[in-house]
Amino acid sequence: MSGLEQLYQQIILEHSKQRSGEGLLDPQGQAAATNHQYNPTCGDEINLRVILSSDQKSIESISWEGDGCSISMAAASVLSDMAPGMSLTDFQALIDDFREMLRSRGQIQPDEEVLGDAAAFAGVSKFVARVKCAMLSWVAAEEASKEAAQASA
Amino acid sequence: MAATYRTPAGASLTEALVQEIRQDFPLLAQEVNGHPLAYLDSGATSQNPLQVLDAERNFYLGANSAVHRGAHTLAVEATEAFEEARRTLAGFIGAREEEIVWTSNATEAVNLLTYSLGNASQGLGGPQAAPYALGPGDEIVTTEQEHHANIIPWQVLAARTGATLRYIPVTDQGLIDYEAAQNIIGESTRILAFTHVSNVAGSITDVDYLVSLARKVGALTLLDACQSAPHLPLDLAQLDVDFAVLSAHKMLGPTGIGALYGKAQHLDALPPFLTGGSMITKVTMTEAQWMPAPTKFEAGTQRVSQAVAWAEAIRYLDHLGMENVQAWEAQLGQQLAAGIQEIPGARLIGPAPGQERAGLAAFHLEGVHPHDVGQFLDQTGLAVRVGHHCAQPLHRALGITASTRASSYIYNTPAEIDRFLQELAKVRPYFGYSS
Ligand SMILES: Cc1ncc(COP(=O)(O)O)c(C=O)c1O
Repeated sequence: MSGLEQLYQQIILEHSKQRSGEGLLDPQGQAAATNHQYNPTCGDEINLRVILSSDQKSIESISWEGDGCSISMAAASVLSDMAPGMSLTDFQALIDDFREMLRSRGQIQPDEEVLGDAAAFAGVSKFVARVKCAMLSWVAAEEASKEAAQASA
Repeated sequence: MAATYRTPAGASLTEALVQEIRQDFPLLAQEVNGHPLAYLDSGATSQNPLQVLDAERNFYLGANSAVHRGAHTLAVEATEAFEEARRTLAGFIGAREEEIVWTSNATEAVNLLTYSLGNASQGLGGPQAAPYALGPGDEIVTTEQEHHANIIPWQVLAARTGATLRYIPVTDQGLIDYEAAQNIIGESTRILAFTHVSNVAGSITDVDYLVSLARKVGALTLLDACQSAPHLPLDLAQLDVDFAVLSAHKMLGPTGIGALYGKAQHLDALPPFLTGGSMITKVTMTEAQWMPAPTKFEAGTQRVSQAVAWAEAIRYLDHLGMENVQAWEAQLGQQLAAGIQEIPGARLIGPAPGQERAGLAAFHLEGVHPHDVGQFLDQTGLAVRVGHHCAQPLHRALGITASTRASSYIYNTPAEIDRFLQELAKVRPYFGYSS
């Protein structure tokens, strides 16, 4: 695989165009929080909302609006597909695994069982300048989920 | 030790001569990601020829010592080299040596001026500096086309003094709207700051026109010459601007040095920005007297080797002849603009093909983020700049957050531009857009 194909896996290219979760959802009374992240080096921006389930123990939905490169848009889309139904603990564990993989400079082989479609971002970890693109929405989701859980506690 | 050159002095540039020039830049001969490097990012920073590297090394090998601070032989030699560099730069841009102040870069040069004006506004510099004081009701005018270096220092100065900052807008193409300028520059305008060549649009500003508008209302002018001094003949005295800024690293010189040009009458009257050693005559426990300009503005140990190296870069450019440099790059700029225009989904920023433009072109590719464009091109050895190029207001005015820019210099060839255009044509299909 060429460097470019490692970076732009088919899953990523597809998600960057057919985006899940795009367009902020109305919480309709459920516990929710919205977080904004900005990458000053390239101007990528995301505003992401986490809505919790009615028992406030799991993620009901992730929705977002943003502007950025294919990597950052695809990462937001993949997360929006994966997160609904996850317990808050599993959700945080997923984010931790994703971050660890991205920071590994290609050293960590992703566990597809755990990471699912997010494993497609393994190639990104070799492109140090792009790690931030992939993390942007995930950081926003991490912050928003914590805030939503705190606010409802 | 005078540098030697591979090309005849003052010859118009041809592909054969450019191949000779490239021999002076060993960095360009490398491969990147398995392809020959095509360096199309000189607008961000240019490469240094061997002559410049040798000049800096020779200075350290033979003459390094503190300038303006010693009586021993080496100190005298270093001081002479330092001041000779100042004369070289002055000569190159149509200035007198006492009108050149060394700074770290163009950004610091703008800040030097804005802080000095801020100090004058607070009464520093006495009656001589009082005419430069700004306050509520005064207007500072810049343009939407500017690099952040020519925006933020003015925002801060306005905040410090209570003056108002206004902008000359840009057109849909990202060009300065001269008609709007007429209505914005008025009796309250005290300062007009604008770029000579846009680092994004590639347009060349009608300096005479803007200076005439400023003169009519008695406003001071600052010209951002970062993208003009490296690429075209520059005569600041003839342009009649009050101040100008530039950076060595964009014109075959080292990082770490730039300059502020100011007409002698202004530099004499304005108070210093940074203070400390070297810039004073008499110091007591309570106060100090300042040296005359430009030394008044050069506190602390100076960037001597960089000044020496920059002067060598200027001699290199002088040897080529700035008319020849400008003509070569105009050709590359037209090739870029025309080629980009042809690519489905590409929106060229700045002058249309055939209209005057510097040797650079920025564009937006429908559906593909510039970061992805840059990544794709990098895999084929093409180095271009992506992002907002430190010009967020300009991009916002164009309705985009970022763009891709290819910028050329004396060492780039039409073949490299062709390669760039060929690869660029593949980008949208790769990301799933059928033209
Ligand atoms: C038009 C323009 N002005 C100012 C600057 C700032 O130069 P420096 O970063 O060297 O201070 C640049 C460089 O990016 C520029 O292109």
